[in-house]
Amino acid sequence: MRYALRRFGLFALTLWAAVTLNFALPRMMPGDPADAAVARLAQNGPVDEATRAAVEAQLGIPDGNLIEQYLTYLGQVVRLDFGVSYTFYPQPVAELVGDALPYTLILVGAVTVLAFCLGTLLGVLAAWRRGSWLDALPTVSGSFINTFPYFWTALLLLFFLGYGLHWFPTSGAFSPTAWPEWSLTFIGDALYHAILPAVTMLVTSLGGWIIGMRNAMINTLGEDYVTFAEANGLRGRTVALRYAARNAILPNLTGFGLALGGVVGGSILVEQVFQYPGIGYLLFNSVIGQDYPLMQALFLMITVSVLVANLIVDLLYGVLDPRTRR
Amino acid sequence: MSQNTSSSALAPTAVEPDQDGPGTFAGLSRAMRTIWGNRKARAGLILLGVFLLMAALAPLVAPYSPTDNTFERNLDPTSAHWLGTTAAGEDVLSQIIYGARISVLVGFGAGGIATAIAVLVGLSWGYVTGWLGEVINFVVNLFLVIPGLPLMIVIATYLSNGGISIIIVVIAITGWAWGARVLRSQTSSLRSRDFVTAARFSGERPGRIIFREILPNMTSIIAGGFFGSATAAILAEAGLEFLGLGDSTVVSWGTMLFWAQNSNALLTGQWALLVAPGLCISLFATSLTLINFGIDGISNPRLREGSTGR
Repeated sequence: MRYALRRFGLFALTLWAAVTLNFALPRMMPGDPADAAVARLAQNGPVDEATRAAVEAQLGIPDGNLIEQYLTYLGQVVRLDFGVSYTFYPQPVAELVGDALPYTLILVGAVTVLAFCLGTLLGVLAAWRRGSWLDALPTVSGSFINTFPYFWTALLLLFFLGYGLHWFPTSGAFSPTAWPEWSLTFIGDALYHAILPAVTMLVTSLGGWIIGMRNAMINTLGEDYVTFAEANGLRGRTVALRYAARNAILPNLTGFGLALGGVVGGSILVEQVFQYPGIGYLLFNSVIGQDYPLMQALFLMITVSVLVANLIVDLLYGVLDPRTRR
Repeated sequence: MSQNTSSSALAPTAVEPDQDGPGTFAGLSRAMRTIWGNRKARAGLILLGVFLLMAALAPLVAPYSPTDNTFERNLDPTSAHWLGTTAAGEDVLSQIIYGARISVLVGFGAGGIATAIAVLVGLSWGYVTGWLGEVINFVVNLFLVIPGLPLMIVIATYLSNGGISIIIVVIAITGWAWGARVLRSQTSSLRSRDFVTAARFSGERPGRIIFREILPNMTSIIAGGFFGSATAAILAEAGLEFLGLGDSTVVSWGTMLFWAQNSNALLTGQWALLVAPGLCISLFATSLTLINFGIDGISNPRLREGSTGR
């Protein structure tokens, strides 16, 4: 229990530090983001003094000293008030993020969980049947495909299956004629558009899980307690799963927590290739458009999701490996 | 390359890493022999050697200058241009050869820095307890939660055309925390082993226990971490360049893909322009992964080829 409480305390402290870092990051950078932002707005029409002042306030340029700016910023974060986007002016940032989030969460979330489960299982199998084709096939193909830059895999799939064979749509999350709603037609259409990005991410991430689990598993298979369990005549499957895999999964679980947290920000390149309107694509656009309020909000969201995932993994660790509790 | 029975017989049969780490010269050459004795690792070393030679000898091997854009544009592969030309009229093969330089530099530079930080932080973190451990935990967590790719993208945008050294530093800074975490969990389970307890009771200082007793037991994890970081750095650099956020005047495999997508190579059917740079990135990364298979055998004799495992 004390272990859990301490983890929660650390979580709160890290959360505060992350929020503060998000505040400090734009202010540590060279150049004047406000000038760039106002110049950007000016392309769409004349910028009046009030808008300029608002932009500067958002970026914390003039109003008040650093501490006052910081307090204002904290208040805004608590109210989830991230201001107005520059590139999609005058849409509020929170609205844009809310629109993009479901696409990324469902697509990347589902793929990540699937890849972890499938990869871990294949890794256990590969380690247990070491030397057989069950080991060679997933390990060799997995470690080769794992080294593909995933945006390149995306480009190839798009090139051959999208433009070449016309099997799948080449961009977007749904057809131009469709409208987001909870109907079977729309969901089918959205799933159809999600296939290529999903396959890209599944194929390129699977190898990592297989090899990570296989290596950890082979290490635990060499431990005395596994030999002892085998010598005691326990069934092979019991030894593999209850003794070896249970301990071998710990490093993989750390990776899973981080991968889950990285879901929101980790798909930038794939979303960019398929122009999939999720969080990654939004972040890319905010950076290209120097849309600082949008960028900051996305940054914070990605950061917080990693933090929460970390907390959960830490708590799980304490349950699975009592040694870390010391 | 497949006839390796004689050299794998040279591989030592029993290395006891607890007593004799590869820190000494004899240990190092024995480690090299173990790696070379592994068929996959040998293929990886040869592949890596090819890329290193390609990078070092680029001006001698490449048929043209990578920035010479005086050729006919969008050529399909011909005898004069084995991989065709780009939309700007540059020779694709020459660009591929010169591109190896950037990947080698970024992979080894950023991978090396990230691994050094990970070892220093991860091992100390796993060993110490109390408030110092909490402080390290706090710092590492901070670096973990800074989302790597998004942060790289933001910084690269601010420091546009900041050069390759800035990209190396950014990738290293955002890339060490994961390794530190993995090393921490390994250390914290090693520290309760008998040989560590024995060293502690015999009055050895923590620094010595960490780096002389615990460290040698983790060579494979650390070496694996290095090659993993190098792979990640190569992919990160390619990703940044692909998004157009690096220095797009530099000739690298990432910028080649960036220009390929920008010039609609997808639609015009210039498959060589699309396939070649990506294949090079993944083959380079594969060579590092293959070497890792041999490294696993150093600290864990069970992973050596020819041993039965169970």
